[in-house]
Amino acid sequence: MQQSNTYVIIFSAVLTIVLGGLLSMANQGLKPKQQRSVELDTKKKILGSVTDLGKKKGQEVLDLYKETIESSVYDIEGNIIETDEKGAQIIAENVNIAKNFKKPAEQRLYPVFIYHAPGNKEAIEAYILPVFGKGLWGPIYGFVALDTDLNTIKGISLDHDKETPGLGARITGKDIQARYVGKKIFNESGNLVSVSMLKGESNTQEALDAHHIDGMSGATITGKGVNNMLLDYFGYYQKFMEKKGTATNKVASL
Amino acid sequence: MSTETTEKVVEKKAAEALLSKRRKKFVNDPLNDDNPITVQVLGICSALAVTTQMRPTLTMAISVIFVMVFANLIISVMRSLVPTRVRIIVQLAVIATLVTLVSEVLKAYQYDMYKQLSVFVGLIITNCIVMGRLEAFALANKPWDSILDAVGNGVGYSWIILAVAFFRELFGSGKLFGWPVFEAIGIENFPNNGLMVTSVGAFFILGLIIWVQRNKTGYVEH
Repeated sequence: MQQSNTYVIIFSAVLTIVLGGLLSMANQGLKPKQQRSVELDTKKKILGSVTDLGKKKGQEVLDLYKETIESSVYDIEGNIIETDEKGAQIIAENVNIAKNFKKPAEQRLYPVFIYHAPGNKEAIEAYILPVFGKGLWGPIYGFVALDTDLNTIKGISLDHDKETPGLGARITGKDIQARYVGKKIFNESGNLVSVSMLKGESNTQEALDAHHIDGMSGATITGKGVNNMLLDYFGYYQKFMEKKGTATNKVASL
Repeated sequence: MSTETTEKVVEKKAAEALLSKRRKKFVNDPLNDDNPITVQVLGICSALAVTTQMRPTLTMAISVIFVMVFANLIISVMRSLVPTRVRIIVQLAVIATLVTLVSEVLKAYQYDMYKQLSVFVGLIITNCIVMGRLEAFALANKPWDSILDAVGNGVGYSWIILAVAFFRELFGSGKLFGWPVFEAIGIENFPNNGLMVTSVGAFFILGLIIWVQRNKTGYVEH
């Protein structure tokens, strides 16, 4: 059956309008729900680095976040930034770490999430810093919670896009993340050394000092990616830590 | 495996039954004898890519069945209207719309799954099975027949990828749907097979499934 050109054009135009309309309707209709999903996901990860959320879902997580987290954005010099160049307010939760990662380090925004114990707005329990880096196949990212001395790691939550399941993807596992807890990022002389994963698993106890943790066998490159990511980002936040004062004081008193 | 095809259908009425013998063939054939993955060798890419774990595989299977059923139905309803010269583009537009809908719904209601499947949901558009069925079947058959054909092929695709995922997750990570199987039955240190989590593992399992299947059905390439 051979149709005229006019028919083909009209048919295509109608089809495009119908399908396009359908898609934009779906997009508009689902947008609030999607934004909530993204927001929930970020907040879950931020909280996940300091507490065990267990079976908490949806609204419970958002409520807990509202109750315990206070956020602000800093530049690399450790100065607080409240508005962007256009004068619009910057919200720490909306800072896209992946997009910032593409800019030179000096121009990036560095959000800090301060965790208070539930029910106590005064006492600071932890500083939560976002981190972003490269794994073996794609980006890796997460949040590191530092204790009030800005030296001891209180918790970490890591995620990835494309690491190999069962190998590099293990960084999302609770067992791997628990290895970081209690480790120190500054050495005795006050220099930043970060915490690194060793090569291979079941390293000797002597090797696992305050700055080293057991690695993941078969995922050395992902492990290196995590190491570089942590070292880089602790470096970027070093000025912030110094300004907070506690870091240097603590180290001096060691 | 071959039990589905040996089912007998008893009666045939003047007005063709909703599931007459002829129509049952549309559903049954692709499950085994004419399976899209193992016999027609379509949709291999996603069979390799998403099958490391059961959960994303199941989501993928449901998404593909949904897209296939509606794409087949829509194209079949429009089949006398679709201009022959632009039919491929029309098919693509319909599939792409359905896939985008699936992706948007996943993003809203199953965000974790959306992140995990990421690009592969979008790649349903290029899944050869979907377009293959539109071109080969829906353009020439009535809506109900087309739906049955889509269900048959969709399920035929799904059971293969689920079977592959079952073995890959079991031996690759020692789990099923994220539940540690070996620990539960008392084997604490079952060694995980690293090969299974790579695409190569999927090739092996797919090859074994095809071997067993062809051994049973006696199918040979001509």
